[in-house]
Amino acid sequence: MKGIRTHLSPPGLLFAILGLASLLAPFMTLAANRIVAGDGIVAWRISGHAITVPGVAAVIIGLAMGLAAGWARLRFLGAVLGLAGLLWLLSQSAPILLSQAGEYARVSPAAGFWCLFVIFMLLMADALAALKPGPLLRGVLLVAILFALALVLSSGLLSDLSVLQEFASRRVAFFTEFQRHLGLAFGSLAAAALIGFPLGILCHHRAALKGVTLPVLSFLQTIPSLAMFGLMIPILGLVGNIVPGAQEIGIAGIGFAPAFLALVLYSLLPVVGNTVAGLASTPPAALEAARGMGMTRRQRLLRVELPLGLPIILTGLRIVLVQNIGLAVIAGLIGGGGFGTFVFQGLNQTATDLILLGALPTVVLALTAAIVMDILVELTRHHTEETA
Amino acid sequence: MKIGLILRPVMIAILLALVLRPEWFVPIFAPFAPDGGPVIYQRTSMLSLSLSHLGIVTLASAAATIVAVALAILVTRPAGAAFRPLSRTITNMGQTFPPVAVLALAVPALGFGAGPTLMALFLYGLLPIFENAVTALTSLPRATMEAARGIGLSRWQRLLRVELPLALPVTLTGIRLSIVIALGTATIGSTVAARTLGEVIIAGLLTNNTAYVLQGGLIVGLFAVLIYDALVQLELYLTKRMGG
Repeated sequence: MKGIRTHLSPPGLLFAILGLASLLAPFMTLAANRIVAGDGIVAWRISGHAITVPGVAAVIIGLAMGLAAGWARLRFLGAVLGLAGLLWLLSQSAPILLSQAGEYARVSPAAGFWCLFVIFMLLMADALAALKPGPLLRGVLLVAILFALALVLSSGLLSDLSVLQEFASRRVAFFTEFQRHLGLAFGSLAAAALIGFPLGILCHHRAALKGVTLPVLSFLQTIPSLAMFGLMIPILGLVGNIVPGAQEIGIAGIGFAPAFLALVLYSLLPVVGNTVAGLASTPPAALEAARGMGMTRRQRLLRVELPLGLPIILTGLRIVLVQNIGLAVIAGLIGGGGFGTFVFQGLNQTATDLILLGALPTVVLALTAAIVMDILVELTRHHTEETA
Repeated sequence: MKIGLILRPVMIAILLALVLRPEWFVPIFAPFAPDGGPVIYQRTSMLSLSLSHLGIVTLASAAATIVAVALAILVTRPAGAAFRPLSRTITNMGQTFPPVAVLALAVPALGFGAGPTLMALFLYGLLPIFENAVTALTSLPRATMEAARGIGLSRWQRLLRVELPLALPVTLTGIRLSIVIALGTATIGSTVAARTLGEVIIAGLLTNNTAYVLQGGLIVGLFAVLIYDALVQLELYLTKRMGG
């Protein structure tokens, strides 16, 4: 027993058990139209043996490859093989299922598919954690994955799936809302940085200001997003009515402006807090040395404190970016645009695929932003360690 | 701290008035209501919405706390160590999932109502608690652990009498983060037909009645700020008592 245990990866075993169980769950759903609930079909019934056998086999072999403890590369390949199997099953069976059903029929991946997808992504992450790739390799890997995703989506392999049919009928709107979403998330990040960096530097030098600013900002952060977005409406409505010319530049109760302002307010705490923490993290010896060299306060700030605090300051920006990409969804409720528009339209119409059309890109965007920012933080950390 | 002594009772009084006697606020909210439109949300009482809102948050957070702490204990034992890198990946990546997206994705799986909200709150709430509990349990002072072993405490006794009490303040920080997120996500839960205070805000947004938005927003905001403050005070008290 002991001999076997040393060769089996415990997480791999968990994945294998969960993965086989997921194979028994419905893999795809066939519905008569985009609103009604559909019937679930398990993986080996979705079409003929010529399609299901290689697909299911790839999934099972992939899960088995994940069992090998200590063979991180093999486990990684197992995850890739499993994902390829899922893609094969989905792309090959969708047109066949559709051809047997009515004109308005929709096929979509069901619980079994999503569980297996998550399991293989986790297997990939678990294998990668053991391989410990450097920041550059992680960047290459991320680009490769995004490229593969774009390739699969643009190839039309999956265009029979319900989510992509929603996309096809909203192509223009999708890219408009995409831009809006990016504008909200990155724009508010930029505005928060413009306000937050100077404020953080001031707080670093004045303890009294820090004692007031940080508690106020953390209370702002606790206010639930819907309430914050909502409360911006009367405030900006008032500004729009009182200040001449404000309405012409788009400042009004609903729309982009209140959403943008709410996001900026949420962003201030991580920016200011991490700027203060980053500046305070300078080793006293480095500061002493800088003073000894006759640097002025300004020179110390620019040449010593800021460069050494950069990793912590960037971590604050990472928190803000990921948080704002998620929170920008709420803008959809107050007419501010972004992917939230699809999410809430979908919830209103009980159209699952429309919800997914808004939620899935948001998740991909947030994950990508998190990984990119992590790589940047690590690169600056290496840099400061080398120079320090 | 002096400001807190005055501000805290004032905020509690305003919150109680908003929940129990909303009609007192007619003169304040009236300028924001559409001409001739209703000023105060009447469809449901604020008290029942507040109780339902806090009930959902309490239930989800309690379940998340139990499961997250249990999982944290598991991965910090020698037998569960193999799962620690995986669990770190899941908490890191999971927390980048927007809470709204988790809520939206729970709907196709669970339908409308309190179910998806509870599920989303629970799943999302696990992550900060688990992360903090693992950090706390893996960074216990070595000398204390040695001493506990030295006086002959068994593994169970060490866990219950030494490790968990020492890990409590940091774990509590995780629970506070989780509750704050849960309060906010529960507000959005009213878009999937969960009975929460978000209902008032959404009704205001749908009928262009800013008075409703203000009413709901103030109640939710005050609840969040006061609960956050109470949990911070609790943490300070516990840390002080532990001699930290």
